[in-house]
Amino acid sequence: MTDTGAGTAPPVGDGQDGALLSARNVSKIFGGLVAVEDVTFEIPERSIVSIIGPNGAGKTTFFNMLTGLYKPSYGSISFAGRNITGRRPDRIMKDGMARTFQNIRLFGTMSAVENVMVGQHSRMGAGLFGSILRVPRVGREERAVTEKAHEVLSYVGIREEHHDTLSVNLSYGEQRRLEIARALASDPKLLLLDEPTAGMNPQESAELTDFMHKVRDERGLTILLIEHDMQVVMGVSERITVLDHGLKIAEGTPEQVRENPRVIEAYLGKQGAAEAEAGAAKRAQPGQPGQGSDGET
Amino acid sequence: MMAVAVEQRPEGKLKTDPRTLAALAVALVVTLWMASEIEMSIFMAIVLWAIIAVRTIFHENELVNRLTVVAFVVWAIALPFFHDEGAGFIEDATLALAYAVMALGLNIIVGFAGLLDLGYVAFYALGALTAGWFMSGFFVNAGGGEGVSLFVGEPASTLPGIHFNFLIVLIIAVCVTTIAGMLIGLPTLRLRGDYIAIVTLAFGEIVGRIVINGDQIIIGGEKLTNGRQGITPIDKIDLPFLEPFKSLDLRPWYFVALGLVVLVLFVNYRLRDSRLGRAWIALREDEVAAASMGVPLVKTKLLAYGTGAAFGGLSGVFLGSYLNTVNADQFQFSFSIFVLAMVILGGLGSIEGVMLGAVVLTFINFNFIPDVFNDYPSKIGLDFDLTELSFGIFGFLLVIMMVLRPEGLIPERRRKLELKEGIGVGDTELGTTETMFEAKA
Repeated sequence: MTDTGAGTAPPVGDGQDGALLSARNVSKIFGGLVAVEDVTFEIPERSIVSIIGPNGAGKTTFFNMLTGLYKPSYGSISFAGRNITGRRPDRIMKDGMARTFQNIRLFGTMSAVENVMVGQHSRMGAGLFGSILRVPRVGREERAVTEKAHEVLSYVGIREEHHDTLSVNLSYGEQRRLEIARALASDPKLLLLDEPTAGMNPQESAELTDFMHKVRDERGLTILLIEHDMQVVMGVSERITVLDHGLKIAEGTPEQVRENPRVIEAYLGKQGAAEAEAGAAKRAQPGQPGQGSDGET
Repeated sequence: MMAVAVEQRPEGKLKTDPRTLAALAVALVVTLWMASEIEMSIFMAIVLWAIIAVRTIFHENELVNRLTVVAFVVWAIALPFFHDEGAGFIEDATLALAYAVMALGLNIIVGFAGLLDLGYVAFYALGALTAGWFMSGFFVNAGGGEGVSLFVGEPASTLPGIHFNFLIVLIIAVCVTTIAGMLIGLPTLRLRGDYIAIVTLAFGEIVGRIVINGDQIIIGGEKLTNGRQGITPIDKIDLPFLEPFKSLDLRPWYFVALGLVVLVLFVNYRLRDSRLGRAWIALREDEVAAASMGVPLVKTKLLAYGTGAAFGGLSGVFLGSYLNTVNADQFQFSFSIFVLAMVILGGLGSIEGVMLGAVVLTFINFNFIPDVFNDYPSKIGLDFDLTELSFGIFGFLLVIMMVLRPEGLIPERRRKLELKEGIGVGDTELGTTETMFEAKA
């Protein structure tokens, strides 16, 4: 897995000025709560970047600002060379940023294909009267969109016979895949995945890791993910940003982040960090087996 | 996987369930009794029953399904020829069709897009008012007292007031109500659920009040409405190449109503299976996800309001001319509920269901309650008429429906699933996610 990542690393390197997405000093304040504070962040084109952090660190809030569901209180966000601060979510989607949700948010009473067709909404042109009269252009578009929906569903690994199944009746793993298919259907430049492996078993997580590499390489996508499963994060990410209490506390390659004492502290607490360090110093196995495995491993 | 295959196979082969046959037999008896009570042609009632029976028994067969649809359309066209020109049954059937147009319009707003609208009567009122303004002698001073007319025949063209052709007024009404629908949509854009209902309810009331007090509102020397007195008479429909309609021959009226229903059905079906229809359903399911998937919320919601309202306007013009009056008493809150009850009774979002709901409730309201059952309470020694209870009866019917068949008479595929199998599935799934995640950590 890591090999694939390293193999395609060179083209990523030119992301210095070619950042696909960049957030500058972004903050979000809800009443008295500072959910995200002064975060500056960049994603180079065709890279896979992760945001990690303990629960309540502001990761999803940050995601929601990127996708336009929240307007940043301060700061600005630009995507593909355009300032998208405060832009409407559907416009941002049209600009080429698609996302999935932490708690699956499919359109439950629509079939898998229909879900993916909604994902293509922004790429379609049929209007009210065109749809009523079903002019040839609209008919062609419908056929193309349906065909593409099937194609994307197969691409994410949902079997043909489940394409017309209502999405609530799909298995959990397939629902996760369907969310990704729905996002991919719009041919985004940037794919945002919010905890895509939540609830998956280790094998499914490994499959998803491979899938992310595949999507990036075959479709030239850039991927940003929030993830708790450290195995996935360390395996797939080229860069990792760590948030804690709304602040960016670390950034770098997986190795750098793994070693960063502030990150260990954020995950294990001061005492845990001290113990982990002591444990490392002693070269003894685990300091705190139960907790230690949570952040690291 | 296996389960799916096993479930699907046997149903096609199965012989008709004896319970279905029993239900059809009962339905025949009930149909015959109802037909005689509402003075419907017994022959046509039996034909209708036969069409439904064939469809019920052979519902697996695609060809039969199509043929029954054709048969049903032929039946609907032939219906008036089996009754007198002025039969009470045709009068009510025409009304039912006009209400079906409105129910189908409301279905787009409530059933497709999931925006609860309690003020639908406003669109009926605006449509009817358009008819009142442009198809009557209401503006006496128009054209210097000589009257203004456009594509209308002899009697109307010589009278004072504004007399436009029915089709032109339909177009004007569609424009007026679409704009009104979008206006009512605007303040609700930031709202959800119950709050939308309250705003639309207020809008319905405002329009109703304006119609009542319109005789006090003078704009450019002209009254806005005739208040409680109503604007009457309204011109009869005058279609090109046809004789002007008469109030005693109801057949042409029936056909115009049927034509409107067909038009509206066509639009409903086309929109349901389009980009816009999918966006509406996505919106109903999950607004945040829909927006994130590229559905523009404002535009999509406003289109739902606008389209739904336009149908209310169409029906309003027709009813104005058909009932020959535009009267403030027609535009009360209870009418919004009446139309909403049709949608809910038939099945939210289900086009066929809403049609059926409209026909059933119209006949209950205008036929069964006042004519058939009205004196039953007095027969058993109670001192009231059933008409006084009509809304109580509707409420009772809705409660019964909610208990026995909450998805409506002919449920929409999606709703059925939601209510029978519980879309809450998602929540339980989430529950397992949590536990799985905990366990893994």
